[in-house]
Amino acid sequence: MQSAFYILALLTIAGALGAMNFKRLVHCVLSLVVCFAGLAGLYLNLNAQFAGLVQLLVYVGAVAILVVFAMLLTRNAEDAPQNAGSTDWYLGLGVASMVFLILAFAVQGSELGAAETGKLSDPSVKAIGKSLMTTYVLPLEAMALLLTSALIGAVVIAKGPEEGGKP
Amino acid sequence: MLENIFVVAKQSVMGFLSGFLPEASLPFISSFLSIAPILGIFPLLFALTTIFERKGLGRIQNRRGPNRVGIPMTDIRIAGFGQFIADGIKSLTKEDIVPSSADKLIHFLAPVALIIPVLLMFSVLPFGKNLVPLDMKNGLLFFFAVGAASELSIFMAGWSSRNKYSLLGAMRAIAQMISYEMPFILSSLVVVMAAGSLSLVDIAEAQTGGIWNWHVFTPWGLLGMILFFIAAMAEANRSPFDLPEGESELVAGYFTEYSGFKFAIFFMAEYLGLFAALSVWITLFFGGWNGPFGQYSLLPSYLWFMLKLVLCIFFIIWIRGTMPRIRMDQLMNFAWKFMLPMCLINLLGAGSGYYIRQTFPQSPLAGWFFEWLVVGTALFWIWLELGDRIAGKALTQKREYRYADQ
Repeated sequence: MQSAFYILALLTIAGALGAMNFKRLVHCVLSLVVCFAGLAGLYLNLNAQFAGLVQLLVYVGAVAILVVFAMLLTRNAEDAPQNAGSTDWYLGLGVASMVFLILAFAVQGSELGAAETGKLSDPSVKAIGKSLMTTYVLPLEAMALLLTSALIGAVVIAKGPEEGGKP
Repeated sequence: MLENIFVVAKQSVMGFLSGFLPEASLPFISSFLSIAPILGIFPLLFALTTIFERKGLGRIQNRRGPNRVGIPMTDIRIAGFGQFIADGIKSLTKEDIVPSSADKLIHFLAPVALIIPVLLMFSVLPFGKNLVPLDMKNGLLFFFAVGAASELSIFMAGWSSRNKYSLLGAMRAIAQMISYEMPFILSSLVVVMAAGSLSLVDIAEAQTGGIWNWHVFTPWGLLGMILFFIAAMAEANRSPFDLPEGESELVAGYFTEYSGFKFAIFFMAEYLGLFAALSVWITLFFGGWNGPFGQYSLLPSYLWFMLKLVLCIFFIIWIRGTMPRIRMDQLMNFAWKFMLPMCLINLLGAGSGYYIRQTFPQSPLAGWFFEWLVVGTALFWIWLELGDRIAGKALTQKREYRYADQ
C-alpha cells in the first residue's frame, strides 16, 4: 500500500512537471495524461474505485482526446518548438502555494483528515446514484441544464450562419 | 470435477509453492498463475483466428485462402494451419523500420501503450464459474475505463509517424471511437439495470437457470444486444467500420509506418480488444458462462464460454465478408442520430419492462408476454421510425434502383 502510493505519487508529479516543461505541445499533453492516470491510480489506491475509474474514463479517455483534437484542428502542431511555460512563473508559484495552503487547511480541519488512509469505506455506485437522485437532485438537474445549453451553443457556433438566411 | 479443475489446480500449485517460498512472494505468484493462461490462450486464439479469417473470407469470395504451409521438411500440409507460426517468425525476424523524421520515443511507446490496456480488459472477465482473474465490483466500469485509455495510443502512433496517412487514420479512428463510446456504454446499461450490479460476475450469475433467463430474450435485451454489437465493432475498428485503416484510401491508417513485430502488436491488440468486447457481449446478453439447459450443464462452464466466443468470432468473419465499408458522414450520422437516441429509448424500455413484470408477480409467463407486447412493439416501431429517418425510407419501403431495374 505504502510503496504503491510512492510510485503513483512520483508518476503523478513527474507527469505534471513534464506537462509544464516539455518543448513540444504534444509531449506536454501526453505527459499530462500520465499525470491523470497517476491520479486515477491514487484514487484506486485509496479504495475509491468509482472515482478512480471515472477519472480514467473521463480524463484519459475524453479530456485528453479533446485537448489533442483542439490542438491538431486549430493550430499547426509542427510549429517550431517553443517553451510553453510562462515567463512570470513566480506569480503562478504564489497562486499555487496559496491554493495548496487553503486545501491543506480545509482537509486537516475536516474529519476526513483525521481518518486513516485505506480504512475509508468505499461508497458503492448504488449509494452514489441514490444520493444523486434524492439529496443532490437539484444540483444534478442544474448541471444537466447547463451542459445541454453549452452543447446547443456549441452546435450553433459550429454550424455558422445558414446559407441565404440571417446569421 | 472437470468444472473446478483450474481452481483446484491453482490451489494445489499454491499449496505446493507456499511450502518453501517466502510469504511476501505468494501474492505475485498467485497473480502470475491467473495472468499466464490469459496471455497464453488469447494470443493463440488470435493466431488461429487469422487463419480462420483468411480461409473464411476466401470461401466467401470464392477462392481458396491459405492452404500450403504445414510442417516444415515434410509434405504434410495440415490444411494451411502452419501459416500463423510462419507469420509469427516472419514478423519477429523482420527489420524494424522507423522513419527518420519520426518522434522516436513516442513511435516506440505507442504499441506498448496500446497492448497494456487491451490486456487489462481481460482481467475482469468471468471465463467460467469461479474463473475470474479479478472480481471487481465495478468490473464493467473498469472494462470501459481501460478501453477508453487505448484511444490515446492510437493518436500516439498516428502523430509520431509524421506521415499524412497515419495522422488522417488516427484522426478518423479517434473520432469514430469517441462517437461510438457513448452507445457502447449506454447500450450495456440496460443489463446493469436488470442485474442491479456493475460486476460482470454478478451479471453472469443473474442469468443462470436456462436459456430463457438470458437477457437477449427480453425486448430491451435484444435491442441492447444489437446496439452493443454495432458499437463494439466500431470501437474495434472492425469491418464495416474499418475506415481508420481503409487500405484503398489510407494505406494502413495509423500503423502505416510500423513494421516487423510492432506491426504485429497493433494487429494483435486490435483482435484482442475485439475478443474482450465479444466476451463482454456474451456475458451481458448471452448468459456468459451459463449453458443453455439450466442445471444440465453437459459441458464445463469455461467450455460453454469458449464455444460462444468462437461462434461470435465466426459471426464477425461472416460480417466482414458480407458488408461494404461505410462512409465517414454515414458513420457519424449513424452514431449520433440513430445509435444514441435508440440507446436512451432502450433505457426507458428496460425501466418500463421492469414495472410491467412487477405487475404480474404470480405468473412470470404473463409478465414476459406483456413485456414483449408493450415494450417490444414500442421499441420495434421506434427502430423503424428512426431508421427511416436516417436511411431515407430504405427500411420500410422498397428500394428503387435507378438503372438496374430497367
